Amino acid sequence: MLNKTKLGFLVVLFGLLIFLPPFFEAIEEPFYLSLASRVLIFAIAAISLDLILGYGGLISFGHAAYLGLGAYAVAILNFYDIENGWLQLIVAIVGSGIVAAFIGSISLRTGGLYFIMITLAFTQMLYFLGISLEEYGGDDGINTARSFFGDWIDLDDNSTLYYVILFFLALCTFLSWRLVNSRFGMVIRGSHSNEARMEAIGYPVFRYRLVAFVISGAMCGVAGFLLANLTEFVTPEFMRWTRSGEIMIMVLLGGMGTVFGPILGAAAYLLLEDVLATVTQHWWIIFGPMLLIIILFAKKGLWGILPGKEDMSDD
Amino acid sequence: MTDPILKVDQLVKTFGGITATDHVDFEVMPGEIHAVIGPNGAGKTTFVAQVAGMLRPDSGKIVFNGRDISRMSAPQRSHVGLARSFQITSVFKNFTAQENVALSLQAHAGHSFRFWKRASTDARLVEPARQILADVGLADRALVLAGNLAHGEQRQLEIAMALATAPKMLLLDEPTAGMGTEESETMRAFMKDLKGRYSMLLIEHDMDTVFSLADRVTVLVYGRSIATGTPEEIRNNAEVRAAYLGEDE
Repeated sequence: MLNKTKLGFLVVLFGLLIFLPPFFEAIEEPFYLSLASRVLIFAIAAISLDLILGYGGLISFGHAAYLGLGAYAVAILNFYDIENGWLQLIVAIVGSGIVAAFIGSISLRTGGLYFIMITLAFTQMLYFLGISLEEYGGDDGINTARSFFGDWIDLDDNSTLYYVILFFLALCTFLSWRLVNSRFGMVIRGSHSNEARMEAIGYPVFRYRLVAFVISGAMCGVAGFLLANLTEFVTPEFMRWTRSGEIMIMVLLGGMGTVFGPILGAAAYLLLEDVLATVTQHWWIIFGPMLLIIILFAKKGLWGILPGKEDMSDD
Repeated sequence: MTDPILKVDQLVKTFGGITATDHVDFEVMPGEIHAVIGPNGAGKTTFVAQVAGMLRPDSGKIVFNGRDISRMSAPQRSHVGLARSFQITSVFKNFTAQENVALSLQAHAGHSFRFWKRASTDARLVEPARQILADVGLADRALVLAGNLAHGEQRQLEIAMALATAPKMLLLDEPTAGMGTEESETMRAFMKDLKGRYSMLLIEHDMDTVFSLADRVTVLVYGRSIATGTPEEIRNNAEVRAAYLGEDE
């Protein structure tokens, strides 16, 4: 169970998030709404990675692949004048899931450094595939329109888009919270802690990991779908390996193996980037030591720093 | 005459030039405790790994409960009723004792592709898990993180996890390893209690444990089984004394 302090923190956090659009409108800073939307999208990506990284102990260094796939699902369908958001969303989820199943079925047979390298290699392949597809803009990228969800949800309105993103974040957070505490979640966490033991008590570990990998990829595909809608522009850069690294940093910063930490991690990373980049373009000189301190001294990242009794069994 | 629950037939495993398991024949009768002893490097670990399914033998056959399990994976063997404990304590340290046992139960309660309901409060897992913990004398330690249990308690938990898989045979790999005299005594008493209810293959270094518990003893030296017999016969076997007991004591 979540302790009261942290539960209170979450209620306040989501409460504040609801009031951001009117607030930014009042102070006439539309850019901040776009930044906030970006934070929430990357929070979804980070949550999805944390399912396999933090809970499963699988160091996937290729999560940007699913971000890119979800985004290209929007752009490519849009290219063929298919603007139906439901269809685009389904293609983003199913497409990412299928690719994750393929990558997972190969990479999960290995472990350690090999696993990291194979997930990286597949993402690089997709990155260069994106560059080579001149039809869809190649390395120049491709413009796209926002998805069409019928007349009652107008994504062309930035506030509406923000609320749709917030809805998906809440949904993904809730889903992963249920998932990590379910029977399936126990198997994934047990496999992280002691694989040989899991095999000995009767779990075919590979099978469970593969399903977790697919869920994680599909969830990140949703983030990609939303990102394409936010930027209205998709490029292979979405799948660049540094992007995979950024998502991983968000998880580390927020708290690996926690459901809610990655949200804080995504916010901290993107907001610091925004602030520090105005100070110097070499903002990593400042950010690097900060990250180091968090990783060295806070066992569960920013989420762990929050006051309240540590509850091992939950987050 | 009853059939053995486990029958190992001409098992061979080589690593490079070294024959770690050299045409070993071995059997465990239902309800029997059959111990395997041998000096360090005798191939006990390799032998256990093959019976448990962590290693594939090069040749030979392992028949368990009438089925050839030689090609089965470790999880499959668990499902046909072969449970093992580990030489090095192998519990899920960041789960509570109760969660450890529940996870073991869950593996044998159908598939675990259940994504929604909270596992740690699921009565179908919690109640039997509590029962098993009570059986091994850990009832009041159920909600302690396994990593915070005393060493002896972790070893008991380890066996509780094996029992939770509803096994037909226990494969116990040095259950008293690393224990003090008192803890070993507790473990022996506990195993005596289990005797007759489960068939056991016992790998053990501690001679007191072997000679007080085992019905039969097999001695492995350099991958070969040099003798099998009652503890008394083994104690008096000249070859065994030369190869093993003499050296060791």
